[in-house]
Amino acid sequence: MNCEECKQRPATVHLTKIFNNQKTELHLCEECAKHHDDIPFNLSFSMEPNFSIQKFLAGLLESVTVSASDAGSTSAGNGAGSAPASGYSPGVEDPDEAAEEALAAAPHCSNCGMTYSQFERIGRFGCSQCYQSFAGQFEPLLRRVQGNSRHTGKAPLRTGENLGYKREIEQLRQELQAAISAEAYERAAALRDQIHALEGKLSSEK
Amino acid sequence: MSIQETLNNAFTKWMEGEGPEARIVISSRVRLARNLAGQLFPHLMSQETGQAVVRLVQDAIADPAVREKLGPLFYAPLNDLSLLERQILMEKHLISPQHAQDEQAPRGVILRPDEAVSIMVNEEDHLRVQVLLPAFQLEAAWRMANLVDDVLESKLDFAFDEQYGYLSCCPTNVGTGLRASVMMHLPALAMTNQASGVFTALSKVGFVVRGFYGEGTEAKGNLFQVSNQLTLGLSEIEILDRLMTVSRQVIEQEQMGRRSLMKERPSQIEDMVFRAYGILTNARLLNSEETMFYLSCLRLGIDLGLLHNVSNRTLNELLVRTRAAYLQGDNKGAMDAFNRSLKRAAIIRKALAPDPGAQNNRSGPESLT
Repeated sequence: MNCEECKQRPATVHLTKIFNNQKTELHLCEECAKHHDDIPFNLSFSMEPNFSIQKFLAGLLESVTVSASDAGSTSAGNGAGSAPASGYSPGVEDPDEAAEEALAAAPHCSNCGMTYSQFERIGRFGCSQCYQSFAGQFEPLLRRVQGNSRHTGKAPLRTGENLGYKREIEQLRQELQAAISAEAYERAAALRDQIHALEGKLSSEK
Repeated sequence: MSIQETLNNAFTKWMEGEGPEARIVISSRVRLARNLAGQLFPHLMSQETGQAVVRLVQDAIADPAVREKLGPLFYAPLNDLSLLERQILMEKHLISPQHAQDEQAPRGVILRPDEAVSIMVNEEDHLRVQVLLPAFQLEAAWRMANLVDDVLESKLDFAFDEQYGYLSCCPTNVGTGLRASVMMHLPALAMTNQASGVFTALSKVGFVVRGFYGEGTEAKGNLFQVSNQLTLGLSEIEILDRLMTVSRQVIEQEQMGRRSLMKERPSQIEDMVFRAYGILTNARLLNSEETMFYLSCLRLGIDLGLLHNVSNRTLNELLVRTRAAYLQGDNKGAMDAFNRSLKRAAIIRKALAPDPGAQNNRSGPESLT
């Protein structure tokens, strides 16, 4: 039996309507049934348009780039970006190789060589170090995608311990600087030994 | 335990069909994205660097201390499997569609014999630890995934940053690397056209709804997967708590929907359930889409107390046994849509036969009686 509406596709939805003791039958294909008013509840449900992460991300990246660079070019945008570029300073790349100049102009990861514009295109990083390499540019994006830019969850046990040492070393280094400025050399020597001891722990952990 | 057993056997842990909220929740999944520090991410890998990651991971799971804590795990290189075999693993939800399709870097999957734990190696990230349990068991799934992560972390150097957390290939997974999802059967919400409203509300509070096979797949057979969108800024426990809270709300809505359907349109619902049963137990040709729909009707019928001789476990198993790749498994592929429909209908008739034992020696026409 073919669909009563389009008369083409086979009828797969069969509706029996009883209204004021009047019985009517309706045979429709799934396509026509979807749009039919007499169907009291729609049997088939189609999801909202598919959400593509890559597309979505590319869109976000575009808007981040636009808002961060008024001058137009990507590298100028980085310098002028609202977030201070911590790991990267444009223009100080060694210009030894002329061929590399284009690459050097674009910020790239020193570990995997991926450039920020490559990342913008594919929405994926090249290696874990990219996060540090692009920290400045990427923070606004992260806040847009994740609504946040700071991890508060689980940390690996080993890294967690190392992080503790690292923070302590940083603290001691600051004290060391202060001690040197104040010409308190005995204290500075003690601090230096402490730092060495902690650094020893760090490398033995690895 | 070998990958062949996994391929031949449709049944897997999540199909048990029993547990908390099993009437609505099919399965609960927790996955953690992890990467090895300093290594190129899989999409940039050469054969050698890919192989190096595989070797590191294989060494880690072979370690006696790891085996002691996690039990035996086995590694299956996906490069050795055919596309069809990889699709079967995908249909069982043990690997992602992307992992099944990808042909490039050396990649694989680590499985626990009960298949509740599967770890994809060199998918988008170096490691994707997945725990998949039947029914509404997110907490148990998280505890297991967390344990696997702890144990692996003692052998592997995961890329972690104090500020950004676990570093993933795509920034949508950075931080916890946690994607938790609940697979739900929501026929009443779909039938009463409430589903899109509920899903829009979910998206506003940071959750996404996807189809049966995850990202980019359509919702067939009224099966919807709800998962967290954000991975950074909240702790794992907070993410899971929120997902459990919204899932409970969806479950409640669905229960209300089922009750009101039964109250207001009992004949239509009964007709729908028994019509589906009639078709599935008699049809000779069934395409995959109608199969998903009729199986959904039966599942609803079981919950509403209309059907007694079918179990959710049978339906869960049929979901996978009637998929294109699984159907072709015995034939090593080369089965057209017509022959798949024929075989699909035969499998379903046999699985739903009132007395499977009596059915074994009978051929098609005789069962018409």
